[in-house]
Amino acid sequence: MGELRLMKGNEAMAEAAIRAGMDAYFGYPITPQSEVLEYLTREAYNRTQCTVLQAESEIASINMVYGAAGAGARVWTSSSSPGISLMQEGLSYIAGAELPCLIANINRGGPGLGTIQPSQGDYFQSVKGGGHGDYRLIVLAPATVQEMADFVQDGWDLADKYRNPVLILADGALGQMMEKVELRDQIERGTRATPSWATTGKTADRDRNFVTSLFIKPEEMEQVNLRLQEKYKLIEANEIRVQEMETEDADFVIVAYGLSARIGHKVMEIMRAEGIKVGLIRPITLWPYPYATVAKAADHVKGFLSLELNAGQMVEDVRLAVNGRCPVGHYGRMGGIIPSPEEVVEVIKDMYSKIQ
Amino acid sequence: MEKSMQEIEHHHDEMNIVCERPSTLLDARMHYCPGCGHGVAHRILMEAVEELGIQEQTIGVAPVGCSVFAYLYMNVDMQEAAHGRATAVATGIKRCFPDKYVYTYQGDGDLAAIGTGETVHTVNRGENILIVFINNAIYGMTGGQMAPTTLIHQKTSTTPYGREASFMGNPLKITELLAQLPGAFYVTRQAVNTPVNVRRAKKALLNGLKYQKLNKGTCLVEIVSNCPTNWGMKPVQANEWLVENMLPYYPLGDMKVPSKEDIENA
Repeated sequence: MGELRLMKGNEAMAEAAIRAGMDAYFGYPITPQSEVLEYLTREAYNRTQCTVLQAESEIASINMVYGAAGAGARVWTSSSSPGISLMQEGLSYIAGAELPCLIANINRGGPGLGTIQPSQGDYFQSVKGGGHGDYRLIVLAPATVQEMADFVQDGWDLADKYRNPVLILADGALGQMMEKVELRDQIERGTRATPSWATTGKTADRDRNFVTSLFIKPEEMEQVNLRLQEKYKLIEANEIRVQEMETEDADFVIVAYGLSARIGHKVMEIMRAEGIKVGLIRPITLWPYPYATVAKAADHVKGFLSLELNAGQMVEDVRLAVNGRCPVGHYGRMGGIIPSPEEVVEVIKDMYSKIQ
Repeated sequence: MEKSMQEIEHHHDEMNIVCERPSTLLDARMHYCPGCGHGVAHRILMEAVEELGIQEQTIGVAPVGCSVFAYLYMNVDMQEAAHGRATAVATGIKRCFPDKYVYTYQGDGDLAAIGTGETVHTVNRGENILIVFINNAIYGMTGGQMAPTTLIHQKTSTTPYGREASFMGNPLKITELLAQLPGAFYVTRQAVNTPVNVRRAKKALLNGLKYQKLNKGTCLVEIVSNCPTNWGMKPVQANEWLVENMLPYYPLGDMKVPSKEDIENA
């Protein structure tokens, strides 16, 4: 059993990154995720002599990540919604140049400067591609501090496996709350193999390496896109993660991720105690999305509710999966307001009565 | 009578070669326009890498602009950065791999307009990299629009009646500005319009590369260059215009040089 600690989600992510053998972190302060940079500047160099640098902006951060990843380093950055918006150009370049790296978004309420309170308003941006061009991020959605820690190393491993950026999409509550977390053992830096394509310096035995997302000839650009789409199909086939709870006998299913899934779980318990058979589907990868799991449940349930801290974003993917076979509702609060289980119970009862 | 290839090659072996393509420059036809300064600047930078024997330790960063394809010509490992972000990319590389020689190669739009923030903060942190800054007072790749360095009254496709300071501000002397920062270690302005200036510019590039080993701060070599195509001139005429108009506003010479102590104590 690994070391047990009581930690904030942001700190658990930072600690997990050190233990996963991070080579570098570049970041810029923004609430509610500044603990990551603070924790790393305090802890990381002293323990593993890795690089931690406070950049002048999120734009600089993500481009420092580009450079470090291109040269073969295990690198990451983190931010919150407005900062992640600033990184979208860089993310598109990173996806186009196929550089493995990790980004964490501790989602806060928007649009604009918004609020520093938790939100899931960045779902579209995360899974549909916030930057330009046809690209995908692998998006992991933790629901506990434990998962925030675990998904760091898991995310890097996925990034390396597919040469693709990986996004951890959490929210301000998960970043700030303290929970028990079991930490993995320290991986020594330098044990990860340096990728053969990285710009490590041209040696006599090979041609120069270059990292680019520029393919000016249309025929070549199309081929690159086709290759990327093949890769994305492979990720969709291999990497979907989803948790199902009591869906087998369910008459009604809540679909929710991250913090909302914790509320959804409580709702399920309350309603089951009242004799209404409610189940829960918790997508853990938001891309690739577990369409098949939702579609399978649609075979026998009477309705779905997509429970999100936004105006209705993931509900579009639930509807794609259900494909009109039964009603799909949405309930969400915005602006940093977290709904109580009781108010969600009323929403479902109302919807359920109309279905029957 | 024509000589056979074998005879030519034999003859070649016996010749005293005084100049050839450096091994650090690929045998590729460049896309640059006739008379453009990029070709010379590429060559002397790569000659410097070869002469220092650092090809295996050198990582370059290409910008967005006419030199976006620099990695098709320079025979070193390279990364192509987003517009303006070259020094941030170089920072990421250098911080992770401090033993490498890292340089950026950027035009005036890339370095002094969209990338001003990254440029200033990279130099202010004193990142141990070389910034090669090509200033030709215009946007070349996009077809001759105004650059931050475009001169007063200079006509471009977006200043069709000439640049007016009251409307578009003054040409930005960003090299002078950067030279004020404590993080800057070596700052100089050079040109490649004459053989003498080419030799001087190459010396500056050699310095900018080798000073990285001192870990004393950022080296910046500005090269005042031309753009015959978008200036609407023939190459010779463009170089004359450069002397008459660019150099009075962007005078050549060192702005910050290391002291003997700096070099001896390192």
